[in-house]
Amino acid sequence: MKKLSARRRHPLAALVVLIFALAVTGGLYAVLAPSGEAKAEDSAQSLAIEEGKKLYDVGCSSCHGAGGQGGTGGPSLVGVGAASVDFQVGTGRMPMAQPGPQAVVKPTVYDQAEIDQLAAYIASLGPGPAVPEAEAYDPAGGDPARGGELFRTNCSQCHNYTGQGGALTHGKFAPNLADVNPRHIYEAMLTGPQNMPSFPDGVLPEDAKRDIIAWLDATNTSESPNPGGLSLGGYGPVGEGFFAWTIGIGLLIAVAVWIAARSAKAKKS
Amino acid sequence: MSNPDDNDSRNTDNNVSDEHLPSEQGHGEVAPADDPFADPGLPPHEHRRQDIDERAAKRSERTVALLFTVSMLATIGFIASYVAIPIDKIVYIWPFGHISGLNFALGLTLGLALFCIGAGAVHWARTLMSDEEMVDERHPIQAAPEVKAQVLADFAAGTKESQFGRRKLVRTTLFGALALVPLSGVVLLRDLGPLPGDKLRHSKWKAGSLIINENTMQPLRPEDITVGSLTQAMPEGLDPHDHDFLVEIAKAAVMLVRLEPKDIKDPKSAEWGHEGILCFSKICTHIGCPATLYEQQTHHALCPCHQSTFDLADGARVLFGPAGHPLPQLRITVNDDGYLEALGDFEEPPGPSFWERG
Repeated sequence: MKKLSARRRHPLAALVVLIFALAVTGGLYAVLAPSGEAKAEDSAQSLAIEEGKKLYDVGCSSCHGAGGQGGTGGPSLVGVGAASVDFQVGTGRMPMAQPGPQAVVKPTVYDQAEIDQLAAYIASLGPGPAVPEAEAYDPAGGDPARGGELFRTNCSQCHNYTGQGGALTHGKFAPNLADVNPRHIYEAMLTGPQNMPSFPDGVLPEDAKRDIIAWLDATNTSESPNPGGLSLGGYGPVGEGFFAWTIGIGLLIAVAVWIAARSAKAKKS
Repeated sequence: MSNPDDNDSRNTDNNVSDEHLPSEQGHGEVAPADDPFADPGLPPHEHRRQDIDERAAKRSERTVALLFTVSMLATIGFIASYVAIPIDKIVYIWPFGHISGLNFALGLTLGLALFCIGAGAVHWARTLMSDEEMVDERHPIQAAPEVKAQVLADFAAGTKESQFGRRKLVRTTLFGALALVPLSGVVLLRDLGPLPGDKLRHSKWKAGSLIINENTMQPLRPEDITVGSLTQAMPEGLDPHDHDFLVEIAKAAVMLVRLEPKDIKDPKSAEWGHEGILCFSKICTHIGCPATLYEQQTHHALCPCHQSTFDLADGARVLFGPAGHPLPQLRITVNDDGYLEALGDFEEPPGPSFWERG
């Protein structure tokens, strides 16, 4: 200490103190403020937004307008959120092949990285629902029985009791939900694509959405068990009765006619 | 039936009895030659292979016995599958998909058992049972004249002896008594149930009822309901476990939608809502299905039963379909705690139209 004190009048003392102070300040800043990391993420984000804007200008702006404000063919995308983009582009509904009653599922045009960039750009236009976390839509975490009740209350009027889909007006329809990616089901409930109403978290909380996904996973995938088989579109007893009366009794009549038409005589006439 | 051996010279070369030939039945010979409608009688009987070839008959016998045996085996298979296959076993069978193995095995074996009994019986009847044609003349329906005369005489005598025609007072009062007796049955129809009264015109909604979200059972706030969303709701104080829940929800079920205020065409409807949140009865005014197929871009609500279409932007006006009235709208507001609440019951009877609705 004495040594240090003795040299405090050294001509380079001020320089040493200055360097020490700078090092401490910089070190503390680096330790206490994780802004460096945030900055790196920000730059990745802004890069994604930039890339997304390039993709948008090429693939989407002709209908949705140069800044996503909407145009002659497409609605405004301000505030629709990343979830909406991930659903519409991730299921191939967007970009639309041709105008029609509603956009239909097609093979996707963009890969997932490009979809994420587009979503980042659209999300930057205005606040909207984000793409959900994986556990939010994991069917294993939901209660299928409660999901069935919620599905019948909120969804079955259009999508049928087990999500087989049904017709709406003027060529529009509610699609079959079999084998739809759970993330897309979640995003559809959250954002309300096209004519489907949305079910925001205030109306249908997150765990309720997961229960609905668990119900669909239990009843309407190509892997889910269906003890009876041949569900005939899931329309219930009216459709099944119609099938039994027309196809079943029709077959019986055909067999009866066939038996009677075949002669048992030795000499065929 | 006749024996093929005792035929005469008109016998046909395939050994068929000519008992039923027109000439043998006595029609052909007596009919005038110019009668175009003469009964031609039965065509000549033709034998089956099994009638003339004992080996073919044996083969038929074995086929029938085989079918019956398969039926027996299938029944044993039915019992064996019932015992052996667990009830929750799921197997993949094209084209049915992932189905219950037990259901499939039981259906297949029982179906096979019943089908083989039927097929065996049909094959037996077609190839082995006698197929000789027979004529069985219909006897006349009319009774013999003397029986008819006797019955009419008995009836006249009975009328006379009972003095039914002479004692007019007895006859008239009997008719009166018989005419009145059915009235007691008509009166009993009143016991079919209590009269509906004005129940159809009122629901559980009253001024100050909170609006409960059916998904969370929590009262709704305006910020929960975003533009383009659809919310199924019911009045507070209804418990799904209550005895009368179904009776009450059938009248009180509502849906809430939020429209941009500029999109609402009917000013009265907009005023009855809250900042674009509109609350409509979701019971179709035709026959009461839940009309909640809501298209958020067109603001149309459809009924899945008969495609009645209501324009929720225009006071739920009927656009299409058999519904006779718009969906009744519930007047709502926000209370001091920030929750949505009803300002009263529906102004019109909710639910399907009825005779006295007006």
